[in-house]
Amino acid sequence: MTRRLLTGNAAAAWGARLAEVDYVPAFPITPQTEIIETIAHWMDQGEMAGRFTTLESEHSMITAAGSAAATGTRVFTATSSQGLLYGMEMLYTVAGWRAPFVLMNVSRGLSSPITLEPDHNDILAARDSGFLQIHCATCQEVLDSVLLAFRLAEDDSVRLPVIVNQDGFYLSYTREPVEIPDIEEVRKFLPAFDPENTQFRAGEPRSQGVAVLGGAFYSYFRYEMHLACLNTLSVFDSIAQDFADHFGRKYGILETYQMDDAEFCFVMAGSFATKAKNAVDLLRDAGWKIGLVRPRLIRPFPADALCRALTGIHGVAVIDQNLSMGKGGILYTELASALYSSNSNSPLLVSYIGGLGGRDITREEFFKMARETRHAVETGKVPLPRLLYTEDELRQMRKLQTIAHAPWG
Amino acid sequence: MYRIRFHGRGGQGMKTASRILGTAFFLEGFEVQDAQRYGAERRGAPIFAYVRASREPIKERGIIQRPDLVIVADDTLLLIDAPGVLKGMTPQSVLLLNSEEEPKMWKDRLNFSGAVFALPDVQDLKEPTEQLHIGTVCAAAGARFVGVISQKTLKQAIQDELDILGNQIVEENLEQALRVYDLMEAYAGKIKPSSEPAVADYPDPAWIEMPYEDARISAPAIHAAATSLKNPTGLWRTLRPVIDYDRCHRCSSICSTFCPENAISVNENGYPQIDYQHCKGCLLCMEQCPHHAIESSLEHTKTLESDKGDEI
Ligand code: SF4
Ligand code: SF4
Repeated sequence: MTRRLLTGNAAAAWGARLAEVDYVPAFPITPQTEIIETIAHWMDQGEMAGRFTTLESEHSMITAAGSAAATGTRVFTATSSQGLLYGMEMLYTVAGWRAPFVLMNVSRGLSSPITLEPDHNDILAARDSGFLQIHCATCQEVLDSVLLAFRLAEDDSVRLPVIVNQDGFYLSYTREPVEIPDIEEVRKFLPAFDPENTQFRAGEPRSQGVAVLGGAFYSYFRYEMHLACLNTLSVFDSIAQDFADHFGRKYGILETYQMDDAEFCFVMAGSFATKAKNAVDLLRDAGWKIGLVRPRLIRPFPADALCRALTGIHGVAVIDQNLSMGKGGILYTELASALYSSNSNSPLLVSYIGGLGGRDITREEFFKMARETRHAVETGKVPLPRLLYTEDELRQMRKLQTIAHAPWG
Repeated sequence: MYRIRFHGRGGQGMKTASRILGTAFFLEGFEVQDAQRYGAERRGAPIFAYVRASREPIKERGIIQRPDLVIVADDTLLLIDAPGVLKGMTPQSVLLLNSEEEPKMWKDRLNFSGAVFALPDVQDLKEPTEQLHIGTVCAAAGARFVGVISQKTLKQAIQDELDILGNQIVEENLEQALRVYDLMEAYAGKIKPSSEPAVADYPDPAWIEMPYEDARISAPAIHAAATSLKNPTGLWRTLRPVIDYDRCHRCSSICSTFCPENAISVNENGYPQIDYQHCKGCLLCMEQCPHHAIESSLEHTKTLESDKGDEI
């Protein structure tokens, strides 16, 4: 085991290398390209076995990934933002094949307007596809999640592809200390993929992804995918425990921080949750009983785990780094639905949209969200969902619009 | 936590500087985050990179709001707003400049309340973008200022980060970096790890309710031509093309046709004129002029000479 500084992109590449993947179909896109460059370099130098193929689009890349996985090989691939959307048709298709592989998505805001920095609308656009989703908050978690993802994907009771998500820039281009496990230990945790009956090879005729006409047949296959996805919730803990036994790092379906005696908390996904921890520390110094809950799994949605974690909490500030047009924050919506169907005494939820297109969330904003949430609990008046946006930001926007000759009035 | 920001121009090695300093902290047992801020960067464009280091796990991400130390590899960046060199600096922050000018001059001119220091003369070259080892030198100066990085560690970090460039480059960089590290001994420990202000000390964010505005205003469209004129890309230039009108034959099309930025216009007498607000300094015009009437000069010298409070 070595501990060294790695970017999120390098950590992703290390995950693929340690998983000893057989095949990497690739197509470049900022901010993901470093991952496939690193893997290509290793393969070129003979430091990593396997086959690397550049495809002509993400649509073909995901087709290649699913097809290769269907032959029983271990496959890793990566994309981001517009690339994920371009491959969207095949995301649904290959998940339906029940072909297990791992796709790293490096989050980046979607067009239009076009941008480079992260939010979660790209990954969440894939939330109904049948891929599992693991959302990372540190570079270490990126590497570890790739290994966990292969175990989940290849698990008999799941057999679905997995998207591991890391935030562009905030992880992809940021170096942090990362422990790189020894390959022998990884082999014990993640033995070679045994595809059993999903094996698909020349000379043994079979058909996959067949057509079914008739809703009842179709419903069967689709609902089986849903049930397999839900199974992740029951196998996650034992796989994570196995991971902890080998590598000493324990991952839960949720990360909870300072929740033991908490009365209030933040709920958010991804690397911005690191900032929330800092805000929690400072608020605790000021006497607050506050914590953080960060779902690692978004698909399947950990409804029960969230309800348990939020039992006894008075107020929750839900921070969505995404925006469903015409609805609002996706995490907020899904959390509300989970709490509504639970028996527990549900906490009050306040919805915030922040960090779109990589827009920073400052400490003072976390403090204000905490104060507003407490005020809502005290008064019973829940504020409307809010976009984190300041006067000064609107002033800057006005300058841009003036340059763009926006037709005022 | 230590929070350090490097400002320079694309090509000066600011990412390398942040990586060397990050690795050095890491080798000294610190938790570290280092990153470069990527954008639509290119050679000459203002860029920055940053390093956080702490004995505790780091619970911050993204750009540094309040830096303890800002190291500037090209002092012309101080003359323009866009790079945001002074952003978030407090009276406790320290500014370290690669500049021929006196620190006192900059302190007064920038009306900056913190301490200002200058890097010792790095090389004989006056042009920062021609100083081949400036990134490494900035990292070495940063290592000296924090006072917790030994010479041996600095050496190791430079070797680790520059290894892929080959032995000779590593040796040259080591020589420059260690010289500066030694010269700056008196500054050891000038930067102390800073702690965060308490909750009560932060101002309330001035949130607004986002107003609805119809699509004529709120669609991301530009309703006029040539608005890019308002973006003074001239500040990316490190080399300046200068036309010698005695030699110019007024062929009136070659240089202006080849300029990829459309920054050369021809006046009514047939003479070409360069728009320095937008010329990026690619020197294609110089290459193309059949009469060798265009020469290049160092932008840094020009900027500081011509700058009397005007924009470049
Ligand atoms: S190409 Fe040379 S000679 Fe022709 S107009 Fe330009 S500077 Fe003058
Ligand atoms: S240096 Fe390049 S950008 Fe500048 S005037 Fe010449 S051709 Fe145009």
